[in-house]
Amino acid sequence: MSDCVHCDGLSRSRLLHKAFAEAGRGLPAIEPGMPLPAGTGLTRRRFVIGGLGAALAVYGGSQLGLRAFEEGIAAAATGPTAPVFVSVFLEGGADGLSVLSPQGDSLYASLRPTLAFSGGTALTEDDRLFWHPALGGLQQLYSEQKVTVLPAVGYTHPDQSHFTSRHYWEVGATDASLNTGWLGRYLDKTGKKNNPLQGLSLDDTLAPALATASAPVASISTPDDYSFYSNRVWGEVEQRMLEGIGLLGNEHADAGLRAAGKVSTQVDRLRRQLLPFQSYSSPVQYPASDDAFPSRLAGLAAMLGAGLPLHCVSLTAPGSYDTHTDELSALSDGLQLTSDSLLAFQRDLEARGLADRVLVHVWSEFGRRAQENGDSGTDHGAAGTGFLIGSRVTGTMVSEFPGLKTGLDPDGNLVETADFRGVYAALLEQWFGVDAATVIPNASSFTRPTLIA
Amino acid sequence: MVGVAVWKGKFGVVQAERLLWRAGFGPRPGEAQALAKLGLHGAVHSLTNPGAERFVGPAPHDEKGFPLAPYDAWGHDHLWWLDRMIRTSRPLVERMALIWHDWFATSNDGVGSQRLMLKQNDLFRQKGLGSFHDLLVDVTADPAMLLWLNGGDNSKDSPNENYGREMMELFTLGHGSGYTESDVREQARALTGFRYDWTDDGPANFRYDASYHDKGVKTIFGVNGRFTWRDSCQLCVSHPAHAKFFVEKLWSYFVPVPPDNATQRALRKLYVSSGYGIRPVVEAILRHPAIFDGPRLVKPPVVYTAGLLRRIRRGIDTSDWVWLDAMAGQQLFYPPNVGGWDDTRWLDTATWRGRWWIAQAALDPYALDPEKAGKPDNAKKLVASALGFWHEPPLERPTRHALQTFAHRALGDAAGTDWKKQQYPPMVANALRHLIAVSPELQAA
Repeated sequence: MSDCVHCDGLSRSRLLHKAFAEAGRGLPAIEPGMPLPAGTGLTRRRFVIGGLGAALAVYGGSQLGLRAFEEGIAAAATGPTAPVFVSVFLEGGADGLSVLSPQGDSLYASLRPTLAFSGGTALTEDDRLFWHPALGGLQQLYSEQKVTVLPAVGYTHPDQSHFTSRHYWEVGATDASLNTGWLGRYLDKTGKKNNPLQGLSLDDTLAPALATASAPVASISTPDDYSFYSNRVWGEVEQRMLEGIGLLGNEHADAGLRAAGKVSTQVDRLRRQLLPFQSYSSPVQYPASDDAFPSRLAGLAAMLGAGLPLHCVSLTAPGSYDTHTDELSALSDGLQLTSDSLLAFQRDLEARGLADRVLVHVWSEFGRRAQENGDSGTDHGAAGTGFLIGSRVTGTMVSEFPGLKTGLDPDGNLVETADFRGVYAALLEQWFGVDAATVIPNASSFTRPTLIA
Repeated sequence: MVGVAVWKGKFGVVQAERLLWRAGFGPRPGEAQALAKLGLHGAVHSLTNPGAERFVGPAPHDEKGFPLAPYDAWGHDHLWWLDRMIRTSRPLVERMALIWHDWFATSNDGVGSQRLMLKQNDLFRQKGLGSFHDLLVDVTADPAMLLWLNGGDNSKDSPNENYGREMMELFTLGHGSGYTESDVREQARALTGFRYDWTDDGPANFRYDASYHDKGVKTIFGVNGRFTWRDSCQLCVSHPAHAKFFVEKLWSYFVPVPPDNATQRALRKLYVSSGYGIRPVVEAILRHPAIFDGPRLVKPPVVYTAGLLRRIRRGIDTSDWVWLDAMAGQQLFYPPNVGGWDDTRWLDTATWRGRWWIAQAALDPYALDPEKAGKPDNAKKLVASALGFWHEPPLERPTRHALQTFAHRALGDAAGTDWKKQQYPPMVANALRHLIAVSPELQAA
């Protein structure tokens, strides 16, 4: 309990207690009032992209055969280069007031008697705010005008449930019932019917922000050894047995059996099509870590370098951000690895000549309470800190830090000076070049900052 | 008052086996037949009122033959509980403990003590069919929970909202169900007063210390009072949103589709009128038609593992089950977060492979030697024999057809070669046992 790890790996989807999800039908919420993850119930199919040599889980696009996806990817890969958007999620509610500590605010030290930072480097745009000491990588990119800071991003009537607030950010609206992600809806509008790599979750499961209504999207993790063994079964009989896994997927009348059978069909297909992951080399050194984050970013850069038609990508950052206790030690490692990896990723893209095509967005479901809680930690809050990273960002702070004297709501949480839906709308218009109104509900009601130079 | 619907159809071996899966870890050979003789009401009563615990089968040990050390050896906590699931005479008590472990999901990742985790586990075992109010009271003061959600760090001078929020959002009411952010803070104040000491052996001396409690007036759910932690529990359980939350969530552990409105209402009334009794609600769910004519429920990985071992009367004799169950998505005492495991996603291409390896481990010692074991060169006979090995699991026609197809093709490969004709049938028998173990019917019941 030295650090609050209970929300490590928080996933709202894990809160749903139902035995199986039937494809395309979604699930009822078991926790009353709790929104379902966007994309719940989407059909998922596994297959292998020839050129990538990796296993893909494909969601949606169910009318198409696997060959069509491979052809679609090949066709898209030779087409004009599209902008790439990378979403990086700090899971658990990152403490914005530690990420950028308002040391120049006279109330800060008294609100944070044990957690206050002292010294370091202030932002050139607001000398009240100082970089967290672990964020040297972002600070470096900021000095090169490759980081846009959002010092207080959130939404009105903030919800302090991890699961609900995260859902709002994922679907791009404060709407518990919306079941497509904001990036998923964008891909539904503009994406290809046969290119699952256009929406790619670098994770074991699909990121809800990428959940579409119809366009195919995918998740990919470093494919492990996918072997099957049975004692004293070998040769031709073993081959027949492995084919038998596919036979077990025969259609059943019972929905539970059908769901289980469907998975054995997927296992059979994946086993047949899984090829060794092709090794790649990176032009820069990424941080060494047991966490998959740096290697996933390195793989992402390699995939882009290979010309694969990625468009919207999602990753979860390393670290635990739900810092109810011992925040100083809990926060540092995750921020350091995230920041160092993102610096390496930017340098990798620059070395490959891809930097102008890629934009990274770093976000969390909420910030944390201004007043620390007495356990050297902080409880759930409202507005938090976000970043946009890339060679083409303006590098100009989005709105301002509201200050701790007048910038707290009646609950003692930071009020937002930028709405995340306005940020999404601006990204859709300025980065993707589409009408935000077709993706974000009531888009016109939100102020859109200038984000792209 | 309209009661909860009761299954009026046949209660034979098939229904008894399904009941044993939902309320436990599946039948040992002969148990479904014995249970069927009791009739539905007698069968449910025998599960919810099982009498003193007996252990059936060989005592557990690790691969070196040493007894388990559940407090000290890594993974032996998992093995210790899995053994109880396999050998107990009170399967529903263990299944309820598994439900509460998921409902009040506490991970040893944040507790750091197998002893405290097992102490909490025993609470689930002792109180799991009693009053939910009493269970909530005990969980709130439980040392592992006090560490996990910072209840032991929540004092009048430094309130910590973690437990107060989750007790409403995840344990009793559901998100957005009749509480506000102010209620979260006031609950945190009411819950102050628990503390513990750091010793050389880790956290110890868990206690309630009134001098750490905020004695002021709190406003919770619109009511003012000098509330304590016990009042917090009472307020949550008597909140108008609680009964619905409780019965729907409990139902979801037994039936994969939500209850209809009438059933939900009747269960709610039963729950409240019984004084928040868990046992009467569980009994009503287990007698409900949805258990017997509704869709099958995917077994959690430890239920799957315990069920395979029960079928072949094998006890714990290796610690491989720890990593194998983790591979299938469920290491006991390490739920992924405070929300518990995601029962909607037990099966995917990665966790299914975990179950393949579980089945392999279960079957490994019994594999027939292809050079020595004579087996008939006949697909039908081999399938029948493999079903006999697993004591006749109830397979549907598509699965029987798949097994037959596999055996027929594999035996066909041996045509014209003498050594193949001798060695393929035993190999086919081994493979059939494996395919049966991973068939849809053994994954979901």
